[in-house]
Amino acid sequence: MSESISNPMLGEHHPANLRAEVERLIADGTFDRASRLLMELWRRDPAPAAASFVTSRLQELRDKLALTKFKVAILRSFTVEPIVPLLRAEAFAYGIDLEVHVGDFNTYMQDVLDDQSSLYRFAPNAVVLAVRTDVAAPELWRDFADLAPEAAQQAAERTVRGYERWIGAFRKHSQAALIIHSLERPSTPSMGVLDSQSETGQSGLIRQINREVRRIAEGFHGVYSLDYDALVARHGSEHWHDERKWLTARLPIAAGYLLQMAREWMRFIVPLSGRTVKVLVVDLDNTLWGGVIGEDGMAGVKVGPEYPGAAYQALHRALLDLSRKGILLAVCSKNNLDDAMEALEKHPGMLVRAKHFSAMRINWTDKAQNLREIAEELNVGIDSLAFLDDNRFEREQVRAALPEVTVIDLPKNPLEYASALRKCAAFERLTLSAEDQQRTEMYAAQKQRAGAEQTFQSKEDFFRFLEQEAELEPVSDLTLPRVAQLTQKTNQFNLTTRRYTETQIAEMVKQPDWHIFSIKVHDRFGDHGLVGVAITHDAGEQCEVDTFLLSCRVIGRTVETALLAHLAESARQRGRNRLVGWFLPTKKNAPARDFYQQHGFERQETNGAGSLWTLDLKSSTLRSPDWIKLKVATETKVGGKN
Amino acid sequence: MTARTFEQVRSIASDIFGISPDKITTESSPETIETWDSMQHLNLVLALEEKFGVQLEPEDIEQMNSIGAVAALVEKLQSAAH
Repeated sequence: MSESISNPMLGEHHPANLRAEVERLIADGTFDRASRLLMELWRRDPAPAAASFVTSRLQELRDKLALTKFKVAILRSFTVEPIVPLLRAEAFAYGIDLEVHVGDFNTYMQDVLDDQSSLYRFAPNAVVLAVRTDVAAPELWRDFADLAPEAAQQAAERTVRGYERWIGAFRKHSQAALIIHSLERPSTPSMGVLDSQSETGQSGLIRQINREVRRIAEGFHGVYSLDYDALVARHGSEHWHDERKWLTARLPIAAGYLLQMAREWMRFIVPLSGRTVKVLVVDLDNTLWGGVIGEDGMAGVKVGPEYPGAAYQALHRALLDLSRKGILLAVCSKNNLDDAMEALEKHPGMLVRAKHFSAMRINWTDKAQNLREIAEELNVGIDSLAFLDDNRFEREQVRAALPEVTVIDLPKNPLEYASALRKCAAFERLTLSAEDQQRTEMYAAQKQRAGAEQTFQSKEDFFRFLEQEAELEPVSDLTLPRVAQLTQKTNQFNLTTRRYTETQIAEMVKQPDWHIFSIKVHDRFGDHGLVGVAITHDAGEQCEVDTFLLSCRVIGRTVETALLAHLAESARQRGRNRLVGWFLPTKKNAPARDFYQQHGFERQETNGAGSLWTLDLKSSTLRSPDWIKLKVATETKVGGKN
Repeated sequence: MTARTFEQVRSIASDIFGISPDKITTESSPETIETWDSMQHLNLVLALEEKFGVQLEPEDIEQMNSIGAVAALVEKLQSAAH
């Protein structure tokens, strides 16, 4: 389809009119529409002036919209204030209401040591340590040529120890995620090209510090590195730096690149806030290949190792990388099914194949409807979808019909497709579990299961046929990231929807009254991986279920009964008389609503937040179903990381 | 200065200072605009640099003491670039 279709939905507002329209909608109380227009304004003009407008209007809208709240503190050695509005506007475009605290210049040491500091009072979800080499390692930055080799080495080691102490002090007081800027190397080292002839030159030592700090960070939960040199290199050091602003306003970054700094921070904030997408839905014609398969045919469409087909292969590689990170791929294309499938299965230039897609909608139905069906088929919320399409008309239609979907604005030139996709923060992940890496295969097995289910007379026959095996074990260092990830991401079968970071879970493990269980499930079609988490807390006679959740792909396979029975048994062994648990309703957790009732619990009380259920452990007959083979591992505590 | 440059500068100043464009004239200055403090001055400079793709010298920045002066400066830099 051509770009020139005239459609009133594309709403060609002049930016000034857009501003007036936003103000009018806010005054009218039409907040959702105002918010969508404000996002459109930001997409079209992501500049410092617009950022001021967006953040000031956001101030009026933030309490009226369903935004994810997130707090970030920036501890710094340079001016970051002009970046803050850009960061908040960018966060808003991801559905995040971001509160930002900026520390004083170079007080990051005092800030972490004093438990009454403004940093801790702010109670951030994440902290960015944006300190430059001139402050973190001053000897290595200025007058390096004066320094004897041993003194230079000692300075580097001192800097590393400083970071180590700093991170340790921070972790003592805060469980917030920590994002550490790596130290920048000088773009013009003091000894010129001679510097790159040894590992112990100015650049070499700074690299050494960065390596060591990264190693230290790996020993902690929730401490991450931001590769500042890589960021600067991506945009070009000469463009990035502004010596005038640095010397007059302690702002080292040129006006045109402040947005890029904000976007780099967003690549951490988006996954930390849980606003990530789980499924990327792609178009085919002129997106996965050049041309239209229905018109140009197999020989006519462009995709292969040579230009112009190479641009599409670059996009395929980006898609496969996402798939390896656990993001499911799906197709939504207006095409004849046979034409499209032939290209997907047989075109020699294709790197992505039909098997990489967990769901497909190849038809002439409107795309919003297809996206709804894909979300339903894959058992995810609409807000877990991203949409990639070269056609602006389709993109705008999806945006209008399904504002929850992350719509990726592909540039006009196919050569830029791959990098546009790779830059999207919604696909960033800060940890990767075994489950993430096998997700596509797991969904394929799921399809076979669904097919098998229909051939059985009774549910019980089907369950026996599945030959499910469940492995119950306390959380360990290996499973902790996945356990935290499930508390962050699970919306449907989740009784209390309490979100925990890795650090918080690690903290709970240390408490003797808290017990954290995970369940792994395997059946005749394949491995589901770690799909369930339960957290309990003993208090007196009773054991309270703090968290009970199950990944959507095993709901209704009686695995939930096995996990609950295990909690009951384990509580009984610890001498508790009652198992109690809240059901806290949300927009999405209806599948878990009757869970306690179905398992013989009695309602004890109901309040505005939800209902509390009780099971008498002495009289209960709750047992794991006999068709699930159970393997129960004994208690092992988390030890390694801090 | 041309009307077009003034309009562009006025629109940026309106966003940065958080006041309606029709309240901004060539005479508007840190004395008449309450929110025009040193931090917003830096933000104004950055917004102009980003929008017009220019780099302002520290000496230029000191002389930006009214919207009229800002627009004249932008015009001068733009014509120097062409």
